[in-house]
Amino acid sequence: MSAEIPEVLPTGQTGARRRGLRNHSLLIGAALVCLVIVMGLLSFVWTPHNPTLVNPAARLQLPSAEYWFGTDKFGRDVFSQILVGSRTTLFVGIVAVGVAGVIGVPLGIVSAMAPNWFGELVMRCNDLLLAFPALLLAIMFTAVFGSSTLVAMIAIGIATIPNFARLIRSGTLQVLKTEYILAARASGRGPFAIGLRHVLPNVSSLIIVQASVSFAIAVLAEAALSFLGFGTPPPTPSWGRMLQESQEMLWSAPRLALFPGAAIAVAVLGFNLLGDGLRDRFDPKLEDRR
Amino acid sequence: MALRLLIRAGILLASVAVSSVLVFAFMAVIPGDPARVALGVNASEAAVTQLREEFGLNRPLLEQYLEWIGGLVTFDPGLSYVTRSEIGPLLADRVMVTLWLVGTAMIVALLVALPVGAVMAVRHRQLSGLTLSALSQVGVAIPAFLAGILLIALFAVWLGWLPANGWTAPVVDPVMFVKQLILPATSLALVQSAVLTRYVRSAILEVLREDYLRTARAKGLKPMQALVRHGLRNAAVPVVTVLGLQLSTLLVGAVVIERVFVIPGLGSLLLDSVSQRDLIMVQDVVMVLVVAVLAMNFLVDVLYLIIDPRLRAGAR
Repeated sequence: MSAEIPEVLPTGQTGARRRGLRNHSLLIGAALVCLVIVMGLLSFVWTPHNPTLVNPAARLQLPSAEYWFGTDKFGRDVFSQILVGSRTTLFVGIVAVGVAGVIGVPLGIVSAMAPNWFGELVMRCNDLLLAFPALLLAIMFTAVFGSSTLVAMIAIGIATIPNFARLIRSGTLQVLKTEYILAARASGRGPFAIGLRHVLPNVSSLIIVQASVSFAIAVLAEAALSFLGFGTPPPTPSWGRMLQESQEMLWSAPRLALFPGAAIAVAVLGFNLLGDGLRDRFDPKLEDRR
Repeated sequence: MALRLLIRAGILLASVAVSSVLVFAFMAVIPGDPARVALGVNASEAAVTQLREEFGLNRPLLEQYLEWIGGLVTFDPGLSYVTRSEIGPLLADRVMVTLWLVGTAMIVALLVALPVGAVMAVRHRQLSGLTLSALSQVGVAIPAFLAGILLIALFAVWLGWLPANGWTAPVVDPVMFVKQLILPATSLALVQSAVLTRYVRSAILEVLREDYLRTARAKGLKPMQALVRHGLRNAAVPVVTVLGLQLSTLLVGAVVIERVFVIPGLGSLLLDSVSQRDLIMVQDVVMVLVVAVLAMNFLVDVLYLIIDPRLRAGAR
């Protein structure tokens, strides 16, 4: 069991075994993400109970066949709330990542293809925006525009733009060095066509990986916002607010914190693992770095 | 070296200036005006006009901006719109509390992440390394406030060892101070150390492949000696970068953690000000947080120069 320092790059059996393990992270990530998506979709057609129905007769029930995860202090079914909450989480994530991608990806490509000073300018703005983390920006937006799901989604989206722009810029710079870009230039393609037809498809793997990782960030930020009471307004169920409501019940019913907590962790873990797995899948050279 | 430092300091100052304009402009676009917002929709026109006069909100925006930023620079930010109390001393108080929390969390996270990350890297093919890796992945997925709630449930409710919330200044009662600091700091540190561990691991893995490490081994050093003497300094560069970037996560995490543990820090002040629609206070707290993040980025740049002599040569 002595600490061995590897002196050659892993090849053969070890390498293959590790690749197998990497695929696990892709598989587990995909499975967890699918679980959250299925929960969200299912909640549109079926929930065991009405998730927002206040039923004082059934307050604080323990988990049972009737109430799978028990009920909260208002007698609402926790399982139904978790199901509908996944919808909120996915919705916020999709819009936030969409906003970030739609603005960040073109920004990254353009800043790499444009004259140097413009690229530098964009990157400096990027650095500046990085000083405003998603949650802080969302709190500022809430202070100005009031709390709503839309405000939260846009703020989180804007805060994740720099992640996209920076990564896509460096990816584009690499693509621009390749010979097929030279060939495209030689055959008279304009910069717009090169960006769209040659650069974009070649950085798409980066976009997918970043989207998955940003999704995890968005889920965390949304949960934190709802926890603080600034996110999705009641009565729409959201995991963050369920967690906040559970805090005062910790002495009598600590289990109430467990379910929304686990749901948040599963969603974040799923998107993180999916991102990691995809990254290794798309770029085997990066294996082992993470 | 001196030139590089000067350039970096210039960038820091420029970033602070630009972000202050951004924050101010953002707060200025608010529908309605701060006086109306502070007094609520039912306030009489006369009261709104009076507050506007009192705080100079009817002057041109540029003048207001200059007064605001001047007040912050001279540590005299003036009065709150809502409570009419001095912002300066309050801000200073809250900054101290948050500093204790974030500082402790960062130190604990580093103390955990450095050895654990190194073990994970050195044993990255063994079960122990892989298990730690998987654990850190789970740790990254648990937000600090969830960790906080679980820790309260375990150590305050179930075991009853530590208080569930509250804050005591260290000068008032050092023992209580430590007791109340343990849970919130641990909640923040848990997540941070999970993130940091992963970076320490990949940084050390990278270094382990380098030729100079093989040379050191060939010279007769033991694996650990080679790593400590030649590897750690090289592995430090990416870790320091992440440390800088993580400060913003840590500060934001502290905002939520302060709410969970009812700690009167900068985060509680920010959230309370948002609820009370005290926009000048929101503006000030956001600015303090942003300056902290930018200053940390600057420190990271300076640390690079200290860690990596190659960067000192002048030309990039």
